[in-house]
Amino acid sequence: MLFNIPWNLSSNWTFAWSILPILLIGLEVTIKATIFGFLLALILGLPLALLRAVPFRIISWPTAVLIEFIRDTPLLVQVYFVYYVLPDYGLIFSAFLTGTIALGIQYSAYTAEVYRAGLEAIPQGQWEAAKALSLQTRRIYRDIVIPQAIPRIVPAMGNYLISIIKDTPILSAVTVLEVLNVAKIIGDRTFRYLIPLSMVGGLFLILTVISSVLVRYIERRLPKEGIPLK
Amino acid sequence: MTYTQMILVLLNGFKVTVWVTLISTVMGGIFSFAFGIGKMSRFWPVRIISDGYIEIFRGTSLLVQLFWLFYALPLLGVSLSPMSAGIWALSLNIGAYGAEVVRGAILAVDTGQYEAAKALNFTPSRTLWKVLIPQAVVEMMPPFGNLVVQNMKDSALVSLITLSDLTFKAQTIRNETLQTVPIYVITLLLYFLLALVLTGIMKWLERILTTASGREGVR
Repeated sequence: MLFNIPWNLSSNWTFAWSILPILLIGLEVTIKATIFGFLLALILGLPLALLRAVPFRIISWPTAVLIEFIRDTPLLVQVYFVYYVLPDYGLIFSAFLTGTIALGIQYSAYTAEVYRAGLEAIPQGQWEAAKALSLQTRRIYRDIVIPQAIPRIVPAMGNYLISIIKDTPILSAVTVLEVLNVAKIIGDRTFRYLIPLSMVGGLFLILTVISSVLVRYIERRLPKEGIPLK
Repeated sequence: MTYTQMILVLLNGFKVTVWVTLISTVMGGIFSFAFGIGKMSRFWPVRIISDGYIEIFRGTSLLVQLFWLFYALPLLGVSLSPMSAGIWALSLNIGAYGAEVVRGAILAVDTGQYEAAKALNFTPSRTLWKVLIPQAVVEMMPPFGNLVVQNMKDSALVSLITLSDLTFKAQTIRNETLQTVPIYVITLLLYFLLALVLTGIMKWLERILTTASGREGVR
């Protein structure tokens, strides 16, 4: 029994059917962690990308090293780091929040590169034309650069969203009850690992297929010439 | 615990991490070619198997695959040690990503090359190995470089099936000493160092292959 839902061990099929609602509770946590982690990565990536693009090397170079460092070290170790180090400084969060913070930090290094590539892909002529019309920098960004960058940024972000889905099981290492952890607990208690773990595999397959179809759909619908912000 | 003792313990785990990474990267490379080429096969059963393998391993989470091999597979009569379960899961996972790289690079070779080989009456396997792959392999190297680092990062997950790699050692001595910050800073730095070395090796290989393909061409 888990989350007050009992399981039925009489046959393989009844067992699978009885643990499905338990796994779905775990799946909800997985989806929440994915969404929060993704939003955090979108937010944190922006300042990283901007600092990286600053023309002073004293700022841009350390930022580049930081981005590389976050990208090149394992998410699991970052999760442990956040989980054990933050409480030492009086910041006590739930395991779920700690895990999503770590997810957000890890993927901010990837989103930062996406923002950068998106901005750099805008043809130089666009900048020059805007400057020739003596538009303010703020207006150049708001009305010319960012609207054109969005269609280039969205598909890459979609791919990272799918990666985050597949990385959420790592949060089980710090006791987050996401779907894999739930399946593992069911296995530990019944000594039947095969069915719950295979079901989790199936659930992840469904989740990634749905989200990649969604991402491709949005990608196709995006106007290639840009999205006006007004 | 002094820093020297700490580093010595962590280096013990680091050796396991390096070993697991190297073996699974090489095996993953073999899977990449086998299934990447398999997905373009003329024989439909080979295509279906390769496609199924790629979709399953790319569509599910590595940790799920690892737990499945370690906890569920024994119930089907195959018991793997933590080391072999770890290496199999890592290499099958990275191989699925690599297979798409191999396929993409081969398909990106100019169609004229393929047509010329056909006009010269090359057999399909000769076309593949003597014409397409030598040109495609240079294109594969940058994405392979990313995958090698990704695989190195993924190797930390084997600590969750009790293999005493760097992450596992870090966890162990943290539980004993509670010196969280220095232990994890050293651990992160060791991973970063390994990533830099692996990136360097892949860049070097890329340079060698670029010159080799330029000089020799097709024989």
